[in-house]
Amino acid sequence: MSDAPTKNRPDTAALKVIGTRPVRPDGVDKVTGRAAYGADFRAPGMLTGRVKRSPHAHARIVSIDTRKARALAGVKAIVTAADFPDLASQEYEAGESASNLRDLAMNVMARNKVLYQGHPVAAVAAVSASIAEAAVALIEVTYETLPHVIDVEAAMAPDAPLLHSHLFTEGVSPRPASPSNIAKRHLFVRGDVDAALAAAEVVIDRRYTTQAVHQGYIEPHACVAEMAADGQCQVWSSSQGQFMVRTYCAKVLGIEISDIRVTPAEIGGGFGGKTTVYLEPLALALSRQSGAPVKMVMTREEVFTATGPTSGSVMHVRLGATREGRITAADVELKFQAGAFPGSPAGAASMTAIACYDVADFRVVGWDVVTNSPKVAAYRAPGAPIAAFAVESAIEELAQQLGLDPIAIRRLNGVRDGMKAAYGPTFENIGFMETLDAIESHPHYKAPLGPNQGRGVAVGFWFNIGGESSAAVHLSEDGGAVVATGSPDIGGSRASMAMMAAEVLGLPVERVRPIVADTASIGFTGLTGGSRTTFATGMAVVQAAEKVIEELKRRAALIWDVPVETVTWEAGAAIGPLDPKGGARRLDLDTLAAQSGRTGGPISAEVSLNAQGAGPGFGAHICDVEVDPETGQVTVLRYTAAQDVGRAIHPSYVEGQVQGGVAQGVGWALNEEYVFDVDGRMENAGFLDYRVPVASDLPMIDAVLVEVPNPRHPFGAKGVGEVPIVPPLAAVANAVRAATGVRLDDLPLSPPKIRAALQKG
Amino acid sequence: MSKIHISATVNGDPVEFLTEAGVTLLDALRDELALTGSKEGCGSGDCGACSVILDGRLTCSCLILAAEAQGRRIETIEGMARGGELHPLQQKFLDHAALQCGFCTPGLLIAAKALLDANPDPTETETRYWLAGNLCRCTGYDKVIRAVMDAAAELRQVRAA
Repeated sequence: MSDAPTKNRPDTAALKVIGTRPVRPDGVDKVTGRAAYGADFRAPGMLTGRVKRSPHAHARIVSIDTRKARALAGVKAIVTAADFPDLASQEYEAGESASNLRDLAMNVMARNKVLYQGHPVAAVAAVSASIAEAAVALIEVTYETLPHVIDVEAAMAPDAPLLHSHLFTEGVSPRPASPSNIAKRHLFVRGDVDAALAAAEVVIDRRYTTQAVHQGYIEPHACVAEMAADGQCQVWSSSQGQFMVRTYCAKVLGIEISDIRVTPAEIGGGFGGKTTVYLEPLALALSRQSGAPVKMVMTREEVFTATGPTSGSVMHVRLGATREGRITAADVELKFQAGAFPGSPAGAASMTAIACYDVADFRVVGWDVVTNSPKVAAYRAPGAPIAAFAVESAIEELAQQLGLDPIAIRRLNGVRDGMKAAYGPTFENIGFMETLDAIESHPHYKAPLGPNQGRGVAVGFWFNIGGESSAAVHLSEDGGAVVATGSPDIGGSRASMAMMAAEVLGLPVERVRPIVADTASIGFTGLTGGSRTTFATGMAVVQAAEKVIEELKRRAALIWDVPVETVTWEAGAAIGPLDPKGGARRLDLDTLAAQSGRTGGPISAEVSLNAQGAGPGFGAHICDVEVDPETGQVTVLRYTAAQDVGRAIHPSYVEGQVQGGVAQGVGWALNEEYVFDVDGRMENAGFLDYRVPVASDLPMIDAVLVEVPNPRHPFGAKGVGEVPIVPPLAAVANAVRAATGVRLDDLPLSPPKIRAALQKG
Repeated sequence: MSKIHISATVNGDPVEFLTEAGVTLLDALRDELALTGSKEGCGSGDCGACSVILDGRLTCSCLILAAEAQGRRIETIEGMARGGELHPLQQKFLDHAALQCGFCTPGLLIAAKALLDANPDPTETETRYWLAGNLCRCTGYDKVIRAVMDAAAELRQVRAA
């Protein structure tokens, strides 16, 4: 971390902008239809691109014949794997998730084998969408179909169909003699869990399962890309990181990173699903061949079958405890579908599984398993909601067996400052107990319940990250400011950036205009992901604003002809020592900006940093449901989510993150799942059959913001976007169990499943 | 393929465009008339991001052929603010922070306008069911519902005054 200048930092007790709720700077664009998303961009002379996709879950590509398609009038380019370099295996770090570049390239365009239904085998660019679609139909692909495997435990079996002949399990020793679908074992151990379980007075032993679910952003992936005759590339696309798009396109195409300029479009939701590339390298390859810009937009069916989702899982939890409810042992095994290539969030799930608890002896094993389904992508706190579903369900059962209040058992075992986290570091400045206090004292916790109604409690943890960010602050001649960052604004971060800059500069927030800059106009910035933007990019914004103030003080000192050390900055103005006649010296920002041409030129500052010290986040949720015993339908009656957010920069958008995370978690718990037919084809690749929550499915969601400031952020902010999706799966499931008296350990808790369980008793 | 000539009224103005037989109204609005405020989230009438008001009726423009627009009246998000003044629904969405990514927002605003045109005093339940055809993955709908109810209250006051 670069050394932060702190002397110009406002006193947090006297904040004027932070914590208020101004209208977001990009708001009018977004309520009037002016905001331009991925599919809204047009380039002169652009072609339309379409993708030819595998109809099979697993097959060898025998041949691809593009002759008929090429002969069709209006077809300008066709690419297959032959048009991309065959990359060597190489890990590439990108924020929360590392990618293997060879896998990335082979996911963008299949080489030799197709590994899931929807895997691209060719792409076409033509003068119209209808011609491109006709050309896709004319491409003849001969496949030799292979047995497929999607279920995670079936994929782990020794006789399972093998996806990759080069895949040997990492993280076990000795290295296995033969390849398998098990890509990696993650292992976290402390003490002797077997002995602790044997000595435990109470043991809970349960198996839990979840299905693959999609991030479900409403905007399908979209881009326009152009490669000029000199090799210079332009990409306009909707993603969680324009720099990620730039790097991945360069690697997949084998060109220089600096030859690509990526301009971020507005992004219509991502939730982790837009932290990789699918279309952009194809569009660039098609543009290289055709010499024209190429626009590509996915259909919803393509989004479901060929992007995202997150893992389905099988989990086994054994908890040992004393009769008083102190948890002494936790043995957790997590088996996660990775989809076609390694990289499930089994590692993060293992690290978060028991992160909320102080357990002396534990063993957490996470298995990353490849399957013939789309390669999983990050989904909001990747892995954590899945593991929390299992662990929080088991803790609920433990509390019931012991007759303990669900909040009391969590308080008894919960982590506090100074405790060593199960995944390694020692907790500092965490607000877990405070979130438990918040739900316990909330009226919801004592609200009466009727027949067929039940209440569930669950908690959740997410690391939150910092990382690489850049921001620039430019003063205008009239004293207003522009803040440029490299972080795509996925849910209101322009507002928090402008507010932090305004707070430091002493300007009204309306005089700070934030933009999201393209890759040629701002320093490198990592993904909008990991709940890092307000923390890390916000830190860059604050430091850039502080540098601007240093410069303003220097200019004031120059004007007054006094040493700069004698000038201070207060409430948007430079204050100097008294003049020789004893008069006050004060120059406000507007005046200094107006005179900047005569005092040394334009005033601006850019800061690039690698932010450390993101504060981990905790949430505690209460959910009330009613279960219709005839239909098995679950209705969420009340929902309360308390979360430690450090300090809410713009409370409305923080509440919005919490409410949105809860809604996604409720969908995951009750309805959402990938359904595959016997041939491994997705049966519900549309919003009618893959049912995300709609307005009539949900009550108001009470977001309770708990503020335990993070001392490593200038204003105390912690990441907030991911924590709220961690507890809901278990909170809903615990409520359904309480309402029905039946154990239900297989998500989603859809009506047929509940009805069957109720009939079975 | 020969093209079809269409004349219609969009946001009060006469428009003309050429379209192919299989093109949706949504694609014609976006590609022929450059009105990209209406979005395609699914293309199958499930998400509501393409919502328009067609002859007074809330419609998914992805489910209507452009050729069917002949002689009809279409309201899109681009016509909601008048003379630079935001519609109360638009202002309330901003005031309540009822949007995050904003992609579903044009469709939600159009659907909410159709609701308030038909029912100036909807209950929360009526509002939730009316907007059940508009998917929002970011907000959990809480602030959206509050914004619509608040806009309804303000519009009732304006009408009463």
